[in-house]
Amino acid sequence: MIETTVTILLLLMLGAVTIGIVRVRGLFAAVVLLGVYSFLMATLFVVLDAVDVAMTEAAVGAGVSTVFFLGALSLTDTVEAPRKRRQIMPLFVAVVTAGALLWGLSDLPQFGSPEQPIHRDGADYLARSMPETGIANVVSAVLASYRGFDTLGETTVVFTAGIGILALLRRRRGEGKS
Amino acid sequence: MRLDVVLRVATKFMLAPLLLFALYVQFHGDYGPGGGFQAGVIAAAAIILYGLINGLGPAQKIVPVGLLEVLIPGGVLIYVAVGVAGMLLGDNFLDYNHLAHDSIHGQEWGVFLVEVGVFLTVFSTMIAIYYAFAGRRRS
Repeated sequence: MIETTVTILLLLMLGAVTIGIVRVRGLFAAVVLLGVYSFLMATLFVVLDAVDVAMTEAAVGAGVSTVFFLGALSLTDTVEAPRKRRQIMPLFVAVVTAGALLWGLSDLPQFGSPEQPIHRDGADYLARSMPETGIANVVSAVLASYRGFDTLGETTVVFTAGIGILALLRRRRGEGKS
Repeated sequence: MRLDVVLRVATKFMLAPLLLFALYVQFHGDYGPGGGFQAGVIAAAAIILYGLINGLGPAQKIVPVGLLEVLIPGGVLIYVAVGVAGMLLGDNFLDYNHLAHDSIHGQEWGVFLVEVGVFLTVFSTMIAIYYAFAGRRRS
């Protein structure tokens, strides 16, 4: 009961913060609100017992990416440029995307239902991981051992993003001196 | 901001616990929540915090740019090397069973090394992005 109340409260706050991010014109305020959003999201993940994801969300979403946004802000302007006229197209795209997502939502199994794949196949991993890998945390065992290929792909994505940003943003030699 | 004594002293006190917590998340990932990705971000956040308060130069003394350029691909290479080592020992790619004298120890070693690779790549990529932003001046 209390979990449901907390979840609903967090979702309401998420909605309010989202509206704030869309409405606010000062980009500095928008960045701070994005950090607030990430912390609310992390709390929501804790309520859903996904502590790993919550940790990542708090560290990446609220911590490091806020710094990156502030760094980007210090290179550009801090106030959003006023629009010349009302734009219908972005609203249309957003409404259609939201509609498609809501339509897809109706096909998902009910939240917490025993028919979900995680409840049908998860027990298998829980039973196998300790005798096969000796790792108590099943999430780690699945990520690094059973799904090692996926994690290699993710690491490669981080690597690719890193060298991509370095190639784009790095100062050329000699540019700093002039 | 460079002269703010409170911020500088507070940062110095925060730095060691942050790095220690990153190591805890890294090495305790087998038992509790955590792992290479989370630990890498936390450790990078510690260095970035230091850089925010003390400036880019002191931060680059701790983690030089040249080191980052080795670590970013180095982490991926460690990951792939663990996979290839499994192949050389007669398993499939990224199968850790033969890395040690029995399969459970092999799994533990494999997961440990793979997480080290993830940690290095995430840690150095985050810092490299921060350096790239902080090293530029407004044109």
